[in-house]
Amino acid sequence: MTWFLRNWDQVAIALGEHLLIAGTALAVAFVLSLAIGIAAARSQRVFDAALAVSGILYTIPTLAFLALLIPLVGLGKVNAIICMVAFSLMILVRNIATGIREVPAEVTDAARGMGMSRREILWKVELPLAMPVIVAGLRISAVTVISVTVVAAYVNAGGLGTIIFNGIASDHPPKIVTGAVAACLLAIAVDLSLAALERRLKASRAVA
Amino acid sequence: MLASAWQYIVEHPDRFGAALWRHISLSVAALLIATAIAIPLGIWLARRARVALFAINAANVGRTLPSLAVLALMMPLLGTGFTPALFALTLLALPPILINTYAAVRQVDPDVIDAARGMGMTQREITRGIVVPLAVPVIAAGVRIAAIQVISGAVLAAYIGGGGLGDFITAGIAMMQISLLLVGAIPATLLAIGTDLLFGRVQRALTPRGVG
Repeated sequence: MTWFLRNWDQVAIALGEHLLIAGTALAVAFVLSLAIGIAAARSQRVFDAALAVSGILYTIPTLAFLALLIPLVGLGKVNAIICMVAFSLMILVRNIATGIREVPAEVTDAARGMGMSRREILWKVELPLAMPVIVAGLRISAVTVISVTVVAAYVNAGGLGTIIFNGIASDHPPKIVTGAVAACLLAIAVDLSLAALERRLKASRAVA
Repeated sequence: MLASAWQYIVEHPDRFGAALWRHISLSVAALLIATAIAIPLGIWLARRARVALFAINAANVGRTLPSLAVLALMMPLLGTGFTPALFALTLLALPPILINTYAAVRQVDPDVIDAARGMGMTQREITRGIVVPLAVPVIAAGVRIAAIQVISGAVLAAYIGGGGLGDFITAGIAMMQISLLLVGAIPATLLAIGTDLLFGRVQRALTPRGVG
């Protein structure tokens, strides 16, 4: 605790870095998954192929994945972000595609009857209705990405993992505990806030 | 790079074998202990709503914790080596199995159980003939998630002196020797994918026809 109080600025910088890397990865993964997910919602073949490939990527151990990327992209943030995007794909694509598919046919039929184009139906009807399922996917991905970022400090990506690794290297337990506890609290806080958002979206959809 | 990684394995079969064995034994032990705790606990919780609410929420929090943070926290508490790594990996494996077991038992349709009781089946017959066959596939899915998480976590165990394939990766990164890093990364990846495929098969085999 005293170590944390004396070095809270260092922890704050690491926390900011952590959020920046995780946020970037999540944003890239989301845009990519949106494209794949929309295609997968329309075609069973795309759905099966996307889930098979992303499922394998999801299985690869984090540190092994980061290590396998070193010969290709070297050390640093790019390496970490590629790894995190690959890990997030399965859950995001699955939830986006499932969310769109679960929109009742009557609703899209009605939208078409009102003269909406396919694009309008997607952006104004299907995606908004799929939002609770999509946010549920984002929640799992966000937690995964935060967890991967901790390990990514080992390939010089920065973040809270740096404090843990420095603590391990210098055999300094207060440092290890500070880094580890901060990472855990961050994951819990993000999980709880996205869970609250998910509940609110579900409730508002239920009323509408 | 691949060739020199392969050469390393051929030239140091004992070192590679020891790390692989350590990785597998660490993972299997953690998974077995977690399964032995979480399945009975999940079944027990399914009948106790108030305790369950607390336990399942705790498990959900546990599930969000970063693996490396959990492993690192063991160091100040238990030191380095096999035991702290085993302890951390067991902790990481508990939540998915517990959550799935609880959900598996709860999801069995009460109408089905009522119908069985109406047919004159005893409680034991209902448990053996209905609840278990319907719940087992969901429990198996939880064990599968836990297994992948444990194998992935075991790579990180190298940081707290737990050994395993992660040792080659950390050494490879430290010396920036790509081939050494591949000696750890490729087998660890294959191990994880192989385990996932194996558990996928088991899961399908355990699913009764007409269910799922």
